Parts: sequence; structure tokens; C-alpha cells
Amino acid sequence: MNESINLKPGQINGETGIWEMVIGLEIHAQISSKSKLFSGASASFGAEANSNVSLVDAAMPGMLPVINEFCVEQAVKTGLALNAKINNVSIFDRKNYFYADLPQGYQISQFTKPIVGEGEIIIDLDDGLQTTVGIERLHLEQDAGKSLHDQHPSKSYIDLNRTGVALMEIVSKPDIRSPQEAGAYVKKIRSILRYVGACDGNMEEGSLRADCNVSVRKSGEEFGTRCEIKNLNSVRFIIQAIQSEAERQVEILEEGGKINQETRLFDTSTGETRSMRSKEDAHDYRYFPDPDLLPLEFSDSWVQKIRETLPELPDLLKKRLVTDFGITPYDASILVEEKDYVDFYQKAANGKDGKLTANWMITELFGALKKENISLSNSPISPENLGQLIALISDGTISGKIAKDVFAEMMISKKSPSDIVKEKGLEQVSDDIEILKLIDKVISENEDKVKDYLGGKDKLFGFFVGQVMKLSQGKANPGMVNKLLKNKLK
Amino acid sequence: MSNKESIVDIPTVNKIARLSRLNIPEASKQNLTNDLNNILGFVAQLDEVNTSDVKPLASVTGHKLPLRSDKVTDGNIEDLVLKNAPESSSGFFVVPKVIE
Amino acid sequence: MSDLLKFDLLSASIALKNKEFSSLELTNAYFEAIEQTSALGAYLEIVKDHSINMAKASDKNFKNGTARPLEGLPIGVKDMFCTKDIKTTASSKILENFCPTYESTVTQNLWDDGAVMLGKLSCDEFAMGSSNETAAKGNVVNPWLKNSKMSPGGSSGGSASAVAARSALAATGTDTGGSIRQPAAFCGITGLKPTYGRCSRWGIVAFSSSLDQAGPLTRTVSDAALMLNSMAGHDKKDSTSANLEMPDLMNYLDRGIRGKKIGIPKEYTQDGISDDIVSFYEKSINWLKDSGAEIVPVSLPHTKYALPVYYIIAPAEASSNLARYDGVRYGKRNEAASLDEMYEITRGNGFGEEVKRRIMIGTYVLSSGYYDAYYLKAQKVRRLIKEDFENVFEEVDYILTPSTPTTSFELGKKQDPLTMYLNDIFTVPASLAGLPGISLPVGLDKSGLPIGIQLIANSFDEPGLISTARVLERSAEFNFIADGAAK
Repeated sequence: MNESINLKPGQINGETGIWEMVIGLEIHAQISSKSKLFSGASASFGAEANSNVSLVDAAMPGMLPVINEFCVEQAVKTGLALNAKINNVSIFDRKNYFYADLPQGYQISQFTKPIVGEGEIIIDLDDGLQTTVGIERLHLEQDAGKSLHDQHPSKSYIDLNRTGVALMEIVSKPDIRSPQEAGAYVKKIRSILRYVGACDGNMEEGSLRADCNVSVRKSGEEFGTRCEIKNLNSVRFIIQAIQSEAERQVEILEEGGKINQETRLFDTSTGETRSMRSKEDAHDYRYFPDPDLLPLEFSDSWVQKIRETLPELPDLLKKRLVTDFGITPYDASILVEEKDYVDFYQKAANGKDGKLTANWMITELFGALKKENISLSNSPISPENLGQLIALISDGTISGKIAKDVFAEMMISKKSPSDIVKEKGLEQVSDDIEILKLIDKVISENEDKVKDYLGGKDKLFGFFVGQVMKLSQGKANPGMVNKLLKNKLK
Repeated sequence: MSNKESIVDIPTVNKIARLSRLNIPEASKQNLTNDLNNILGFVAQLDEVNTSDVKPLASVTGHKLPLRSDKVTDGNIEDLVLKNAPESSSGFFVVPKVIE
Repeated sequence: MSDLLKFDLLSASIALKNKEFSSLELTNAYFEAIEQTSALGAYLEIVKDHSINMAKASDKNFKNGTARPLEGLPIGVKDMFCTKDIKTTASSKILENFCPTYESTVTQNLWDDGAVMLGKLSCDEFAMGSSNETAAKGNVVNPWLKNSKMSPGGSSGGSASAVAARSALAATGTDTGGSIRQPAAFCGITGLKPTYGRCSRWGIVAFSSSLDQAGPLTRTVSDAALMLNSMAGHDKKDSTSANLEMPDLMNYLDRGIRGKKIGIPKEYTQDGISDDIVSFYEKSINWLKDSGAEIVPVSLPHTKYALPVYYIIAPAEASSNLARYDGVRYGKRNEAASLDEMYEITRGNGFGEEVKRRIMIGTYVLSSGYYDAYYLKAQKVRRLIKEDFENVFEEVDYILTPSTPTTSFELGKKQDPLTMYLNDIFTVPASLAGLPGISLPVGLDKSGLPIGIQLIANSFDEPGLISTARVLERSAEFNFIADGAAK
């Protein structure tokens, strides 16, 4: 194993040859609504146990669901953003099973007729390539409550705050072929959800979770038996879990074993998946249309109204950034990852060198923010100030090198770059006479080296440039130093 | 549905009882099996009806699903939510330990 | 003998307004009646202090001239309605100590209109039954032929028994497949099941959500109109509630039926129906004809499939609706070491035999591999049944049928579940189609038991249903009082 074969991402070199992964994702995204899908209790996170619970959520006898209009709108909006078919008539079904944090004894979901049908999205891979992933469906459903198992040796504690919170389940087609693609897919979905405003995409708080269906096969063969890894809440875990699960399956298959179709959990401490034994009990969800709810129906004109509220979405925005600002598609794809980024960039680059702005934003600003663990929305450097810095570089007021010092100062003091340049006297020296004075000084102090240079040691030119720059405290215009020094040393 | 496969036996009753989370005493299983078979046999007369072009009817109301606006109008009633609970502790419902 | 018990809802309402007696006097008379008839077992819970307070408040309103439509009228409530701070058990052991913190919309509407609550009335467990024999607290007895211990019918058996025994001026019921109309027929009173969506289901313990509908059990058609006026209304908390104004039914009491067409479906005169019922059915047809209606023979070809459809759909929905009774948040829990065992023992012990049978059937017909053959098939035939009615209502205004194939039977006599199910053969079709229906007494059979006749109207035509029923009521002149009624 592991000979120097050039494996593509998602391929596993086993004893019997190269295997490929087949991956499908179910993303559960919490809708950013104020109240729950079918009750008026708050959908907010982190409240006291059972305080965000209505009698409907607690499934008291005779309580009935009434659907939240905002949640329906968000599902349609997201469906449109996923280039998907919007179903003007959809049905809510009951998914029946018993669990302590499922008070009704069923989850209201959509089974046969989801609100959104097939669609597709383009995902961006690290190597700059793109690929299309099909969307199978998007449906609305209720979240379950929470069981705490570590409060008591023989008891579980139940909190229903999350019970009934609105979720969208976005199901991909099994079009994904590597953990990296899966990661890119989740990032793209997250980005779309955030653009649309349907979900805050906060994976730490569980607003976005993914179940990954993973199987392996030899290239060209039928799909293998899949396992479902439940409840992954970070892109890193998704990538790790898929890789480890695929390797586990290859190992079993190569030893002549069979894959059991089952639900598995990812253990973040070992980096491996394990079987969820309690769920092995055969499920039969007995879906049927919820008789407490009627078919959800809306008109084309209502969908059109929602379409008109859609923001410019990442794919189109990316194309526009490339055309309008002349930046590379790769830089554009980074900038459109978050709506915040693009908004910041467009403000900063307004009337400036777009390419230079993109470089500074992606390399310097993102680097510095990451180091300080600050989000872009809390950046000490405003888009206007970053733009001003770019302008100072472009018009030759400061050199790129000085600009880095100014940038560092901006991060600390939040001052505008022009103020910093003025206060510290950092304007670039582009005056011939000034620079010639410095050159004369360097030549007079290094007569030996001048001789050597003139005698053919061309490499010494860099040394003279360096000395002049040093003498100017970095402020001399490097282009002019080069030009004047060349003339002088002829 | 009138074919023999759909007629229930005791293992089927066990399976259905398990899905329904109903403890059925051994002694009453045979009677229950008979009752279920009688009822299922009775409803099997629907086989006579040709429904090949008929759409299922889930609701008799003619109106559309009403939508409510997204406002927090409920909650903060822990005392009412927990009032009838057989067991609760510090704001939680309490049940026998669940093993995951 | 209290003369006050002679007043029906409407006449009592007028007498109260005329200050002939007070609500407190009337309410106390009913408490005496409840005591006198306690052997019938109609009441599960009486709330005397609460009733007295309500009656006193009503008397104040009469004094202040602020009386509401049902001001001061003492009524009973079927135990399927959740009543705030008053035990609500759905006649089940699993809810034996459940005390709702909320009031159902329908009962709230009644209290808002001034009605006085006497207590909670027994019914079949979770409204599943046609004889009131599945109630956890034991049988309710029909006040007719009281020494023979006849069934009051079900599931609203307690409501029907109480109204017939004059231990409630009127009562609420719920009807899923006949649970208002069949007991009304058995007990010689009027029972009205409104159009599906007319009354809010919010706060009513759910049995089969696509069929359940609340309605009144009363002594007269006018009383039914008066009760339904208050019970009905759009409710935003129930997504299936109809957003339709119901006209004041009291304006439709005397409109007559001249020129109206009454459909007589040939499928409702089948074998097994008692001769006395057939004879009164024929009389009823003639009465309506004599009152100016045109009698039209019609056909509802899928009638015979209504019961099989019902016994798939209702248990299927019930199996899911009753999943919430799991001993976690309310109700009686049987302790066990694991969660699943706790569920199984709690539910196994908490539910009675009929409820368990229906949960089992419902789970089976929804389970993987059987869904299409049973549940989906039933939904399709349900559409055909509804279309049958739609076709017939193109031709006629109302449909007249017997309410039940037989009159009441002795308690404990019908053991086989299937035989029991056949009781609802004439009431189930209208339920499946969501149509309003009313059963009213038209006579007694040879043994002295009441016979009920059913009128079915098109969706939301309760006004016309009331007009037609009043004509039949006047012709029938059913003035008999049960021998077991309070004196």
C-alpha cells in the first residue's frame, strides 16, 4: 500500500486496487426565525431549560400546530438560490417514532412531497476547479429536544427548548466524490444560506449540521452499501469522518467482509466512526400526511415576489467581481464566501486598484484578523481605510514595504493610513536630488565595492540598492533608486 | 391486501406491539391476533373497489393551510409545562436513563 | 320533582331572562338531578363550587342586564375537552390524574357566552367505542328502560345519558364516526355533528384528527342550534378550522322545507336494520313530504365501504395521536429501568383493550409494506365516498337516513369488536365526507327504546340542517321522557 501512485482526492489505494468514495450529504439548517415552525415559542438558543416551550411543543393533549410563514418563505428563498424546483403544493407528514425528546411521538416533516425539489449548485475546489453537485430536495421539519445523560446515574434529563425549532433539510444527490468536495459543498451551502438570510450557519451552536452518507466502490462499479454518519457539526469533522469511514469500509471489503447499512457516530477524540447501537432497532417510521395540517399551497406570483427579494448570489457575484474589478476567479471565490467579505471588498476597492485591494484584503487583512481571532465585522481597519492605503500605494506616496508597517499600525490604532503616514513622515522619497545625495554617500563610503562592481561583479548592484534604501529608512522610491544608481555606476 | 401475507400472526403482533410501545401480556396475544385478523379481513373488502384513477384524500376541508406570522407569542411557562410531569428536576423532565 | 328540570335549554334561557328563577336555583336543581341519577354513571367529575360561582356570576349579569346568549345555563362537558384546572382523562387510566392548564376553544366559547359548567361526562376511552363500555371508570347506563341496563351508545355516552336523564340541560360531545349521533339516537335526544372545521379542535383530546368534530347533545333541535351558535367559530390555533362566519342558527328554526329536495339513499335500507326503525324511517319520509319537501331516491354507491375505510383511517391517525401518552410529561407512569420498558408498561397498562386494539391496527396499516394496500387505499375510497355525496348534493338539499341500524342494546351484550363497529354504519359516511349531520328522536320501538333519524346536509349548511330537522321534530312529536330520568 501507499506506493507512490498519484491518488486523486477521495481515492483510496487498497490492496486490491484503487477505490473511490460516493458521498451524499443531508444538511440540517436551522431557519433564522424568531419563533418555532409550528408554535409561537422562541427559537432562540441557550435559554433556561424548558422555558422556550409552549403547550404545543410539549405535546399536551389537544394541542395543534400552526405553521410559521417566515419559515415557508425562507425555504422557498433557499430553494430558488439552489436553482431548484419550487413545489407549489407540498405536504407535511408525520414521522412516527418514540424518543424521550420527541414529545408528540412523531416529527412533523415532509416525506413524499417536499416544498423544494431537484436543483444544483456549483462548488469551488481548492485547485481552482469547479464541479456541480445535484440537490435532491429540500424540506421543512421540526427539530427534536435535547436529552442530557450525564446529570444523574440512572436518569436522563429532557429539555424541550429545541423541540419544534424549524429546520430545512437539504439533501444532495450522491454526486460527491471526496471529503474535500464534501467540505466545499457544505461551505457553499452555508454561504448561500447566509446570503439568503435563511440560516445563520453557526455550526458551533448547531444551526448547521450534516449527516454524511458514505460508500465506496471500484471505479465504474455500482454504488456500494452506505453508512450514515450522523450529526457532524464542522467542516473539519465532516472531512475527517468521511475519510476515516471510507477507509474502514475499504478495509472490511478487502478482507472479504460486507458493509452493514447502519447509522454511525463520529468520535472526535479518536477521529473514527462507531456504530450507534441503540439505533439498530429496526425503524419503521410509518409516515403519513399530518391530519392536523392541510397541504401547503402557494401561487407562482407569490414565488415570484420571493424571488425578487433574493440578494445577488455568490456565483453571479463572483463573475461580476472578476469583470468589474479585474481580479482572479480564485480571489473572487474567496471574497464571495461570505456576504460580509464582498460588502467590505466592494467598499474598499471602490475606485481603487481592484487586484491590489483583493491581495491586501485576502493576504494581509484576513491573515492579521485570523491571528488576532477577530471577525471581519469587528475589523479595526475599515473598508474605507483599506481603500485609502491601496490609493497611497498606487499613487506612489508609500512603498509596498512601508505600507506593511502602516497596515500594522492601523491594526493597532485604527487610525487612517494618511494620518499615520503624515505623523510618522513615511511619504516615499521620489525626488531625484534627494535620492542622488544618498547614492553619492553610499558610493563614497564603499569605494572598494564600486571598483569591484565596475570590474564585473554585477551581483553587487543589489548591495548598493540595499544600502541606499537603508539610508532612506525605507522611504526612497525603490524604482527610482534602481534607475539613478544604474546611471551613476555606468 | 386480502392475500395471506397480510394476515397477522403472533410474531407480527409482537412486532407491531413493539413499534407501538405496548406491553401485551402473553395470555392475551392470541385473542388480540384473532381480533386483528377479523378487522383486517373486514377492511379487505376495499379490494373490490377500483381506485386506479383515484387520488387519495387526506383532508376534507377546501381551504389552504393558514400561515401565522413569525412572532414570539408563547413560552416562558415552565411551571405549566412541567406541572403534570410524573418526574421533573430543576426544570427538566426526568426519564429512565437513555443509552445512546 | 323539580319543575325546573322541565325547561329545555331555550325555554330555560327565556325563563332566566324573565327572572322566573335564578341560575343558582336552576344549577342547584341540576345538582339534585345529578345525585338522583348518579347510578347511571354519566359524570366522571362534578365541580359544584365552580358551578355555583359561575351561576352566581350569571345571576349578577341578569341583574345588570348584561346577560350573554347562554347565560346561567348549566351544561355538562364530555371528558375529551380539556378544561382548565379540572381533571380531564378522556375516560382513560393513562390520563387519570391529568389536569390541563388550558381550556379548549369550544368550552371557552361556551363559558364566554355565559354557560355554567356542571362537570365532566364519561365517554368511551379516547372516544373509541359505540357503547361507552370502554370507559376506564366503568359503564354508563342509558336512562331508558333503566332496569334493563341498556347502553347509552358511544362514544359520547355520558353526554347522551345525562341529557336524556335531565342531569344536564345540554352537553358537549365529539363525533369521529358517529359518537354524537349514535348515542343521541340511543338515548332519545338530539345530537348534531357540524361540518368538519366548524368547531375548533384546539384543546380537544385528539382521536382521529381528520374526522373529529365537536358538537352539542341536547333535548331539542332549537337547543342544538343555541349550543352550536356558541361552540362554533374560526380559531387561528386550529389550522383545519374553517374561516367562515356561521349565520345565527336561531334565525333558521322556522324556515320550513317547502320546495326542498330530500334524498333517500337506497343503500341505507339494508338487511339487519330493525323493522321498527324501517317503519319510523318511512314515517319520517312521509312527514317531510307532507311538509312540502320533494322526496328523491338517490344512490351513494360506496356506502358499504365507509366502515372499512373508517376502520383504517381512524386507527391509523389514532396510533399516531396517542403516541404522546408516554408517561414522560403528564399522565400515569409505570416506572421501569429503561425508557423503552417504561413506555411499554405505561402504555400497556394505561390503555384499555379497545384502544390498544386500534393502536395496533393503526400501526399495522401504516407500517412498511402495508401502507399502500391499506392506508392509501382507504384514502382513495374516502375520496369516492366524498364524491358520492357531492354528486347527490347536485340533485338534493338534504339526505335522510336512519341514525343506527338498531336501537340500544344491553350493556355487556356485544362482545365482538366488529359487531360493535357496525353500529356506526349510517353515521360514518358523513363523517368521512366531513358533512354535518343531526340525529333526532322520532319514536320508540316495541320495547320502548328511542329511535333516531339522521339528516345530512352539504358542507357548512348547518342553517338548512336545523330548518329541516325542526320540521321533522315537529311532525314526530317525540315527547317521551326516559324512565330513568331525574324527577
